[in-house]
Amino acid sequence: MSIYKRDLLIYAGISIFAIVLAQLFPAYITQIAVMFLMVILAQTWDLQGGQMGYNSLGNIMFFGIGMYVSSIIQIAMLYGWGGVGEYTSASGSIKVEILKDNYLYGMFLGAFAAGIVCVLFAFVFGQIFLLFRGPYFAIGTLGMVLAVAELVSSWEWVGAGGGLSLPVYPAVDPTESGRLYFYCFLAISAICFAFISWVTSTRFGLALNAIRDDEAKAEAMGIRTLRYKVSSWMISAFFLGLAGAIFGNMSNFIEPLEVAFPTITFGVFMVVMALLGGKGTVWGPVVGAVIFHIIKETTWTYMLGYQWVALGLLIIVIVIFFNQGIMGSLAERYPHWFGIKIEEDPEEAST
Amino acid sequence: MWQGIELLFQYPSVNVKYILDGLFFGSIFALSAYGLALVWGVMNLKNLAQGDLVILGGYFTWYFQSAFGLNPILTLPLVMGIMFFFGWAMYVLVVKWVIDKDLFTSLLATFGMALVIQQFINLVFGPETQTAISELGRFKFYMFGGKIIVPEIRVVGVVLCAIVAIALITFMKRSRTGQAIRATAQDARAAKVMGINTDRVYALTFSINSAICGASGALVAMMFLIQPFYGITYSIRSFVIVTAAGLGNLPGVVTAAFGLGVLEGYANNILGASYQQFIVVFALVVVLVWRMVRLRKARMVLE
Repeated sequence: MSIYKRDLLIYAGISIFAIVLAQLFPAYITQIAVMFLMVILAQTWDLQGGQMGYNSLGNIMFFGIGMYVSSIIQIAMLYGWGGVGEYTSASGSIKVEILKDNYLYGMFLGAFAAGIVCVLFAFVFGQIFLLFRGPYFAIGTLGMVLAVAELVSSWEWVGAGGGLSLPVYPAVDPTESGRLYFYCFLAISAICFAFISWVTSTRFGLALNAIRDDEAKAEAMGIRTLRYKVSSWMISAFFLGLAGAIFGNMSNFIEPLEVAFPTITFGVFMVVMALLGGKGTVWGPVVGAVIFHIIKETTWTYMLGYQWVALGLLIIVIVIFFNQGIMGSLAERYPHWFGIKIEEDPEEAST
Repeated sequence: MWQGIELLFQYPSVNVKYILDGLFFGSIFALSAYGLALVWGVMNLKNLAQGDLVILGGYFTWYFQSAFGLNPILTLPLVMGIMFFFGWAMYVLVVKWVIDKDLFTSLLATFGMALVIQQFINLVFGPETQTAISELGRFKFYMFGGKIIVPEIRVVGVVLCAIVAIALITFMKRSRTGQAIRATAQDARAAKVMGINTDRVYALTFSINSAICGASGALVAMMFLIQPFYGITYSIRSFVIVTAAGLGNLPGVVTAAFGLGVLEGYANNILGASYQQFIVVFALVVVLVWRMVRLRKARMVLE
């Protein structure tokens, strides 16, 4: 059994476990859904940060763009494109009765369109930003997300800084919407895991690793590095756009700085989670996301406002003392679990 | 936006105001960018907490002014002293452990530091914008028959900025310690062989950078506004300036800082302050692409 198939089976097991957990503890269903969102965030970050060595601090931009695209499409389906401005300027005072089928149709169409638009954005931005290397890429992307957030918050048509509220899911049973978003995130994260772990096991993944190890040499070996880099960013952007679209519907109200482009929450979490789990590994982001989310949810509320200070300290501690992450340290001790063959030094073996 | 541009042609004297605004901005940017160029050149550290050190210095000035009634100008040396020791502590606790690791490690560690400083200021002093009021601020210069008003404190601020910069450059060029810092920047290993304690030099460099940031923050608090979350924009500005100028190029840093300042002076007045970050990031992208195109000819990349 190949390692890829084994990983898929394990992930299917985790998914089934999560479904059972969600059925047993329906009160925590939103928490588990957000946990799968975290897994998606960490995995998509790792495709650049871990596999390709391009440490982005601005991947969260696609999350926000996806959220806005999907929301605007859903509103436009109800009111037509001309009615969007009217709806957003009314800032939530327009309430509408919507049928369940229409809602679901709008949500899935919006999410799909969000993914496509994000891919286009990644293609265009990638042509410029992926030319920058190392620290310039990190700072450039950080600036990019800040600038986009600023532009969105002064764009009246999409509700500017005040944000916009979305139609509410029409359900008699209040737990039904929670279940819907839970299954959406579960499905996206499963597809994301399957796709990313497949793509990193192919030639494409090897090319990304070559770019990480030495970009100049990779280019000299005939790898068209910019194409690979942009493609990898497009893959991440697609899944981030989908996740953002669903998250917009889940939170029902979107706003540029805190919800759509949360640079210091999700934008930093995704880096921390991937580093905690071990970057550049298939399981690292998943493990990191699960552990980080559980720690965060159990301790966050007790820190009385000092949670952001704690987050900063956590980043510093992980970076300084725990650079390899959980899976990275495991790979060092048990390389055969990861399919890494270590050739024994013949001289050492003989002595 | 169009009104702003029309105004430029109707009243050419507003150009003088925008350029003056730009020079006031630029003098502050130059100071913090010089600090970044120093740590970048000497210890190859890309400090993302640069802007937050600036804001922290500004908050010290504001606190001394509002709590003890000290004149902000007098607090400048005090703030520089405090920030020097703050920088030393930051070096020992964080920076020391990451300077020999790969670039992203140090970048992320300083980003974590930036988060800590930013959120700490937010918790202690609150998220409101603040400014340190000076006795000097009352007097205003009137130019062009009262069309342009320049508060005296800004002129004093630029003079103070120049004094700090000249003192710093003299220290780097003339003193024995400055020589050691420059030697370490050129070749750390050779400097070590020559008997320079490079670890101490690194600590000193980072502390000096922190003190410079403190001074520039004190000037920001006097001349403009401070807010806990303004830091990141100052960091990006410093990067824009250092990237445009290159390392170890003092006239370049000053020119680039004034250029960015004038650009922002125009942009703020024409587009409005809500596009501030966009302008800075746009400048960053333009500078990076321009350097990339130039390096392409030599088949080199910006690492």
